[in-house]
Amino acid sequence: MAKVFIYPATSLILSDMVARFGHTPLSSATAIRERIQTAGLESPPLQITPEEPKKGLKWAAVEVPAGVRGRMSLYGPMIEAAEAAIIINDADFAFGCMGCARTNELIKFLVHQKDMPKLELNYPKNEEEGVKFVAAIKRFLTGLGAPK
Amino acid sequence: MTQPVRIAQLSCGPEYSGIQNEINEAAREVGGEIFFPDVALKDIRRDFEKFGLDVRSPDLKLAIARAMALVEGRVEADAVFIATCFRCAEAAIVRNELRRYINEHSKLPVVSYSFTERTTAGTLLTRMEALTTIAKRRALLARETQKGLTLGLDSGSATTKAVVMRDNKIIGTGWQPTTEVLKSANEVIAHALAEAGVTREEIQAVGTTGYGRFLVGKEINADLIQEELTVNSKGAVYLADRQHGPATVIDIGGMDNKAISVMDGIPGVFTMGGICAGASGRFLEMTAKRLGVEITELGPLSMKGMGARVPMNSYCIVFGTQSLVNALAAGSTREDVAAAACHSVAEQVYEQQLQEVDIKEPVIMVGGTSLIEGLVFAMGELLQTKIVVPPYSQYIGAVGSALLASGFIKDD
Repeated sequence: MAKVFIYPATSLILSDMVARFGHTPLSSATAIRERIQTAGLESPPLQITPEEPKKGLKWAAVEVPAGVRGRMSLYGPMIEAAEAAIIINDADFAFGCMGCARTNELIKFLVHQKDMPKLELNYPKNEEEGVKFVAAIKRFLTGLGAPK
Repeated sequence: MTQPVRIAQLSCGPEYSGIQNEINEAAREVGGEIFFPDVALKDIRRDFEKFGLDVRSPDLKLAIARAMALVEGRVEADAVFIATCFRCAEAAIVRNELRRYINEHSKLPVVSYSFTERTTAGTLLTRMEALTTIAKRRALLARETQKGLTLGLDSGSATTKAVVMRDNKIIGTGWQPTTEVLKSANEVIAHALAEAGVTREEIQAVGTTGYGRFLVGKEINADLIQEELTVNSKGAVYLADRQHGPATVIDIGGMDNKAISVMDGIPGVFTMGGICAGASGRFLEMTAKRLGVEITELGPLSMKGMGARVPMNSYCIVFGTQSLVNALAAGSTREDVAAAACHSVAEQVYEQQLQEVDIKEPVIMVGGTSLIEGLVFAMGELLQTKIVVPPYSQYIGAVGSALLASGFIKDD
């Protein structure tokens, strides 16, 4: 059983797939609803305090916007704990999305830097690509080993 | 119970910066209510493409879609608050463009702000109050003449000013540096009343503004207690006799600066800077002190100098002052140093604040610093326009308060 960091970290589908294969998803698994009535697309379910951006200084310097550092205080520890990662690029909003492009760049960079099994895919644009997409994730998760 | 003013928030990052509660609280304190315009995912895709600004951050795309929903009337609001992370270039572009877009295509008052995790409700309070004032008091802000006998008091961070007006004329003034807020207020009021030759009991309505407005307003039973953004705008166009059409009001204060884009006397877009003392009137006070002149002498002195002859490598009030000291030690004249200080303040306000409002002529400078000719000259050079400094410009908040307070005279 591996701890698998997923990107977008808010993807419920990806999180669910990781869990179904017996692994632990490292994610924030916030539902992206069809109608947005919160401040951001992936508003945090719990209140973030001004302390979180300060904790985020571990991953991003003080000149980096507070929103990036606040997010990194959540995702930085997940990437550190991760034993594998799945990155889906250019995902549809509904699949899962994270509001800040700068944070996304940093998260993907940190994942790329870490020596661990990784799967990076583009979000499928049609059914045929969708089938291949799911199969690739399935193969990757199976290859990570059976649950212990 | 009155309905809260509905303030639509267009933002990126406040929740993950830990300051969403501060924004909510600031709005609540001034009778406002923050809400997030309801848009669907499909609206975001469509509107973002239609708007044509190719940003990467999904929350900025959401902000764009929300702005379009407001402008197109799909979502109703009384005012708009645009907030993004400080130091994010992508967000700064979106913030500016959305502010401009909303201003050009709707009558909604807009304030934009870039925050850090240190932003508090207190920091946002005056801006939020201005938004709710514009939304709630349009009729009052439309007032163009002062009637009856009224008193206006501006309890500022650096100075306290009072004005007595009668039938559209200023008949008494009082001014002094702010020490103890109430004591300073009482003294300037006494001076203004004595100069006007009237008693407190004869005054028909009173208005207060400035940092000490609540404290003083409560003490003297003010009829109107209102933030300085709307009051000063009103006072500026009134004194400059530009009550109709567009205008830009610049007020470089002792603690913060205001840049306000006005239409028919009512603020549309405004910014309030308060992070850097090097861009405030306080820096000019320090310069005057270092040069051994009164602040009132700094203006004429600076007009005799050439600021470009003095190297100023820092905008910081501490290091900027050091630059001036170094220049004096290296043989620069006091005139050149005074001119350099004025240019430094004008340049900072120009670079940091005036980019966030649309500069429309006439540009009216008000507040105590508008009496420093070198500062007005430097601003005019930067904006390539002739700056209007109306009479009584240092009393702008007090005049605005006295003017608006006349709307509270009972038989009016």
